[in-house]
Amino acid sequence: MRVNGEPVVLDVPPQVSLLDGLRDRLGLTGPKKGCDQGACGACTVLADGERIVSCLALAVQYEGREITTIEGVASLPDGAALQREFIRRDGFQCGFCTSGQICSAIGMLAERDSDAPPTRDEIREGMSGNLCRCGAYNGIVDAIEEVAT
Amino acid sequence: MRTFSYVRADDVDAALRAITDEPNAKFLGGGTNLVDLMREDIERPDTVVDITRLPLAEVEELPDGGVRIGALLRNSHLAAHPVIRSRYPMVAQAVLSGASGQLRNMATVGGNLMQRTRCLYFYDDAAACNKREPGSGCAAIGGFSRSHAVLGASASCAATHPSDLCVALAALDAIVELRSSRGTRRVPLVDFHRMPGDTPEIETVLADDELITAVELPPPPSGVSRYRKVRDRASYAFALVSVAAALDVQDGVVSSIRLALGGVGTKPWRAYQAERALLGAPATEESFRAAARAELADAVSLPHNEFKIRLAESTIVAVLRGMS
Amino acid sequence: MTAIGQAFDRVDGAIKTTGAAKFSADQTYPGLAHAALTHASTARGRITEIDTTDATRVPGVLAVITHHNAPKMKMPSVGLMPPVFGTTVVCLNTDEVHWDGQPVAVVVAETQEAARAAAARVRVSCSPLPSAVDFSTAEAKPQKNSMLQAGSARKGDALAALESAPVAVDREFTTPPHNHNAIEPHTTTAVWDGDRLTVHEPTQNIGGVRRTLSAAFGVPIDKIRVVSEHVGGGFGGKGLVWPGTILAVLAARVTGRPVRLVLTREGVYRTVGGRTPSVQRVAIGADREGRMTSLVHTSVTRVGRTGGGPEGVTIQSSHLYDARNILLRQNIAEVDLLANTFMRAPGEAIGTFALESTVDELAHELHMDPIDLRMRNEPTRDPIGDKPFTRRNLRAAYELGAKEFGWEQRTPQPRSMRDGQWLIGWGVATAFHPPVHLVANASLRFSTDGTALLRCGFHEMGMGAATAQAQITADALGIPFEAVRVEHGDSSLPAGPMAGGSNQTGSVAAAVHTLAPKLRRALGGEISVEALARKRKPYVEVSIGADSPLGRATGQARLMSKFLRDRRKGVRAVTGAQFCEVRVDADTGEIRVSRWVGAFDCGTVINPKTAASQLRGGIVLGIGAALSEETLVDPRTGRIMNPSLAEYHLPVHADVPEIDVHWLDEPDPTMPAGLLGVGEVGVTGAAAAVANAVFHATGKRVRDLPITLDKVV
Ligand SMILES: Cc1cc2nc3c(=O)[nH]c(=O)nc-3n(C[C@H](O)[C@H](O)[C@H](O)COP(=O)(O)OP(=O)(O)OC[C@H]3O[C@@H](n4cnc5c(N)ncnc54)[C@H](O)[C@@H]3O)c2cc1C
Ligand code: SF4
Ligand code: FES
Ligand code: FES
Repeated sequence: MRVNGEPVVLDVPPQVSLLDGLRDRLGLTGPKKGCDQGACGACTVLADGERIVSCLALAVQYEGREITTIEGVASLPDGAALQREFIRRDGFQCGFCTSGQICSAIGMLAERDSDAPPTRDEIREGMSGNLCRCGAYNGIVDAIEEVAT
Repeated sequence: MRTFSYVRADDVDAALRAITDEPNAKFLGGGTNLVDLMREDIERPDTVVDITRLPLAEVEELPDGGVRIGALLRNSHLAAHPVIRSRYPMVAQAVLSGASGQLRNMATVGGNLMQRTRCLYFYDDAAACNKREPGSGCAAIGGFSRSHAVLGASASCAATHPSDLCVALAALDAIVELRSSRGTRRVPLVDFHRMPGDTPEIETVLADDELITAVELPPPPSGVSRYRKVRDRASYAFALVSVAAALDVQDGVVSSIRLALGGVGTKPWRAYQAERALLGAPATEESFRAAARAELADAVSLPHNEFKIRLAESTIVAVLRGMS
Repeated sequence: MTAIGQAFDRVDGAIKTTGAAKFSADQTYPGLAHAALTHASTARGRITEIDTTDATRVPGVLAVITHHNAPKMKMPSVGLMPPVFGTTVVCLNTDEVHWDGQPVAVVVAETQEAARAAAARVRVSCSPLPSAVDFSTAEAKPQKNSMLQAGSARKGDALAALESAPVAVDREFTTPPHNHNAIEPHTTTAVWDGDRLTVHEPTQNIGGVRRTLSAAFGVPIDKIRVVSEHVGGGFGGKGLVWPGTILAVLAARVTGRPVRLVLTREGVYRTVGGRTPSVQRVAIGADREGRMTSLVHTSVTRVGRTGGGPEGVTIQSSHLYDARNILLRQNIAEVDLLANTFMRAPGEAIGTFALESTVDELAHELHMDPIDLRMRNEPTRDPIGDKPFTRRNLRAAYELGAKEFGWEQRTPQPRSMRDGQWLIGWGVATAFHPPVHLVANASLRFSTDGTALLRCGFHEMGMGAATAQAQITADALGIPFEAVRVEHGDSSLPAGPMAGGSNQTGSVAAAVHTLAPKLRRALGGEISVEALARKRKPYVEVSIGADSPLGRATGQARLMSKFLRDRRKGVRAVTGAQFCEVRVDADTGEIRVSRWVGAFDCGTVINPKTAASQLRGGIVLGIGAALSEETLVDPRTGRIMNPSLAEYHLPVHADVPEIDVHWLDEPDPTMPAGLLGVGEVGVTGAAAAVANAVFHATGKRVRDLPITLDKVV
């Protein structure tokens, strides 16, 4: 597969999740494990530009795909802008959910087929797969809205 | 997770061969349910057959005005498809009300049909559960039963089928296409899932070596349609009650009605009794309520899910009122 | 221009938005092995057999450790202040099971996958012992008074006054157990080098981890280094040491390898305590003008038989209303469940729900505006102890909040505001939290390049602590914010306070304020590059406290005397007014919080950006408690049945509206820089504001959290 634009070989047994493959084998610790159950979104990465939860993805299933983690998003459309606005609008506190929030925001904006900027409610609904226990939700929505408009 | 081997199938024949040849094998779609359950040690396949690369991810328009949806189409792509959005908006709404953006990008149509219950005791291998371990009992009876069914439950099991998509498919008379080495068969979605009875471990009519290849929708019913989901938070939660409805009213009288319920039945619940009560009745709040009551007349509740009977009634009424 | 009061971006923004910040599970070591836990699934019992054959056979397994082969460990003595460990059970040193979920084996393997697979294959048989796990039927006993918390308090004869009050409401409330659910699970990476131990651990209590491990493994404290640079959320759940930490260190000791143990989400639920459930009674008597003659608040909460502490459910009730007679009493039931622990705003989070709901009920009885009723009973001195408030301007907070919210537009009658299918309700409640104040060691250095370095082992779990301390230091030294660097989260730094009770910012600020004049003196009266050049040194550094046995004992003494001195000064608390609008679907009862305004009297605000986030974060947690959060403990077995983020419903993006927060920005005269901690107050009053708004929308009073839709349809 390719990870953040580089070809990589990830030779792991089938029970290894993409998340553990990225973190333990490739040393990409930006994606986080919050639940390992698909329920928090902290492990969100992009697979061929689409956001997925990497904890429920078996690494072997993604052979040949293009994976982008938070470490590689700066070069994507909206990536660097989101990173900047998350800081400016205080879209995080502890920062543990942040990699997932930013990757998810990139994926969500790419999924839209309308040119009109998203409403705040649309952002909220679209981002609801990313929990933030610190409650930085307002700042996150501010940051995404800023980048999307 | 236990160790298992992984086989990737590139075409349908290879998938069918693998599922027959490998002992204790299971198909792997998006993995959003299977991987979770394997990690919980509840599903224990020795082999998983990855079918995500099968060429079954298209939406095809059929000559009769219906559509054929490939079983490996991702939920998000289904919801975004222009034909689905314009002609079967209820399907798109149902899909978009389920899970999260990330999960919908992974989950497949076939996997969504096959996902297993979220009953808390099914998920806990320390608890008695007839579905997980036939004959062991049902810890949900006398336990936490908020998520459980009020329709179709048996003494062995009252678990709900958690899918949103299936509720819309039930309302739309969808047909599920199944393939095995023995050939192809077509089963109405309403007959695809089984009532728990004494064998809650057998959830569908799918044979172990059968593959879901497609779901077909007949031409959409006339009138307006809607999917409405009621849950414990504003998003990212399973339904307490959901309603899929298609309604046509001519001269104040219900001329066509499709109604299916989620969250209240042990399977995606087509509300035939309510439909019968409504067809030809005046499109009024009173008829809607009477129809809802007819459907729920046989409802049986557990200690924590009694509210679903009232909630299902009021949600049905609200949805139909909003459409008429 | 001073740095305090400016909305600087967080100093850790760049690393946290690029994935570069290394959390405890991101630390790698050569030869790192992975551990996983096996949990008992009996409430109480004795292990009769533990079969590790299958587990040992899993390829890659290095060790399966159970009570049969685990080395002996010891817990530190109880009664330390502040407390350091969660449960008294030394897991794997006993064949007794004290709660459902107690770890009974730890597996170490080459990979995470192998460790987890093997842990699932350890078979445990238990013979059950009698147990009491059902809180609703457990016997409760009055809580004793301690130095830390009063179990009861009284003024006059509140029960008699209640009897004779012209108007009275007397209500019972329940709140369920909650779990912290920091998105980062508890994680320990342990590395032994001879008898030196390094532990990477997300903790709110570096000192506590060190102390516990020192006792458990019989190693002197100074041989133990605890690193905790970034904590992925704590909320109290990382305040004490729980079994996973000890077992990871044990696994590393037994295998001789660096070991990482990341608890599964289920593992967090099974081994880290949460907030106790409560049953509360609040009764208020008043005259027809709304002057309170009697206030009664009693509570029952639970502790585990092997750990946990009393929950100060009634604390706010001794400070909020000038009732002529007051009776407060807390009761405790002991059960065979995992120890409870503090969770963001322990006590007040759930205590204000009952109190502030009842005040709203009284206002309704009296046909009086609920703010008006509160202001008629606003005390000038502390109602019970008659001590002064160090500051209290709740009136101004209410005025500010009411104006921002548009409260005067509210029509008082329930169900009187509607927008199509939505019933609209506006609710209000008082927020109250008394931040504690601890002590910190720290050092401060000034270097030839004009920069200052503050070193203090405090904890950064998202409060923006490093950023705030840089601002405080900048002003204390009269240098720009950008010239200050802060090192934190490491026991090799001077010891910081534990992060809890909203103390940290103030406690560290006090150290900075002690150090700044010291540094100035050391530089000959002026902090400047020129002054340093005259000293002919690369830097000058001053410090307080020492990491030696004497230093630690002195620290403990400083802490106690500060605690007692503080108490004499009077009652110090953050207060505030929480306003919320809910929309309730008339057909389905679905509740959406659609608007929020919080106005707080919280002392000086160091950084408006991060303080606002802290307040909002608290409110979000309060919204969760109000509407959806509940840990389901099966009363038949004592087992938590929803140990999962899919089934324990934290608020998601779609549940949270714009939260508008305001503050008075008036300094507290008794605190360094005038600041009070804002980490917890946002939670308080929030659930009551929602409940009051739901009543206003629907006419239904819900007294049992969470307010799920079935309770309002
Ligand atoms: C946190 C969370 C929240 C969720 N919320 C919702 C929700 O609100 N609403 C909702 O509807 N769903 C929800 N889901 C469930 C999700 O929709 C399902 O997990 C998903 O649809 C399953 O699809 P999959 O392709 O990932 O299936 P997999 O996990 O790959 O497979 C599931 C099962 O289907 C079988 N299978 C898959 N494809 C085929 C096929 N073509 N033929 C035969 N058998 C097949 C597999 O063998 C397996 O047994 C949620 C899931 C999670 C984790
Ligand atoms: S309701 Fe069904 S799934 Fe749930 S415990 Fe009972 S048998 Fe198992
Ligand atoms: S870790 Fe993948 S969704 Fe939580
Ligand atoms: S910033 Fe801490 S969980 Fe989101």
